Amino acid sequence: MAFSVKKHAGGVVVIEVDGQLIVGNRQELKQRVLDALEAGDRKFLIDFTRTGYIDSSGLGVLVSLSKKIRDEGGDLRLAGLNEDLKTLFELTKLDTLFAITDSAQEALSAF
Amino acid sequence: MSYPLHAHLARRERAEGGLDAELRLRLPSDVGVVEEAVELVARHLEAAFVDRRTIRFNLRVALAEAIGNAILYGNTEDEAKGVAVRVLFGRNVVEMEVTDEGCGFDYRYLPDPTLPANRMRPYGRGLFLIRQLVDEVRFNDAGNSICMILRRA
Repeated sequence: MAFSVKKHAGGVVVIEVDGQLIVGNRQELKQRVLDALEAGDRKFLIDFTRTGYIDSSGLGVLVSLSKKIRDEGGDLRLAGLNEDLKTLFELTKLDTLFAITDSAQEALSAF
Repeated sequence: MSYPLHAHLARRERAEGGLDAELRLRLPSDVGVVEEAVELVARHLEAAFVDRRTIRFNLRVALAEAIGNAILYGNTEDEAKGVAVRVLFGRNVVEMEVTDEGCGFDYRYLPDPTLPANRMRPYGRGLFLIRQLVDEVRFNDAGNSICMILRRA
């Protein structure tokens, strides 16, 4: 499991989650986003196209990052959720909390 | 830190309910082992269980959840404590039991994480998710052992 962080044109920080987002690596994702926020970035896209599964700790980190980014006047978007991952967001009603698009490209053009 | 994980697999004589194989693992209280432990169990079950999608997703999330809870909340990441995973399985049913060395918790009174007032909380979704993803959940009286059951025809 790994995260790749790239800055796209328009200043959007794109984080790809390769593998799982679970209890064992959630702090790493959180820290990488917080570091970028601290450095002045405000637009974030987390791309789950290459993600296997997410547990409740991973969902929890997304919730806390969403609040933190919003408090700083920023914007967090999620993209690339497969059917199983979408189900997780629907079951927990977190689909009502996040801006979710099918592809990273769609999300990038929505900022 | 990385630990070599070993699973003990055994055939069960006179198995009831189609649960003819048993897999056992003992894990240290380190959240870094969760993914590897889940993969180890899932790999054994993928060849044996009738529904691969259930193993690919429902089982992986539910087991990661239960092991993560056992390490974080049950054992409070105490290195002196371990987590026991026992999986009984056959073609149509899987029973996964995860037991920690903590004092247990009251699993009957947990707030609903989907209520608007709770939705912004970064915690409190673990057991809710397990209940949504498996067919049956049981606890022992002490509340330090969870058994998750998946059935497919």
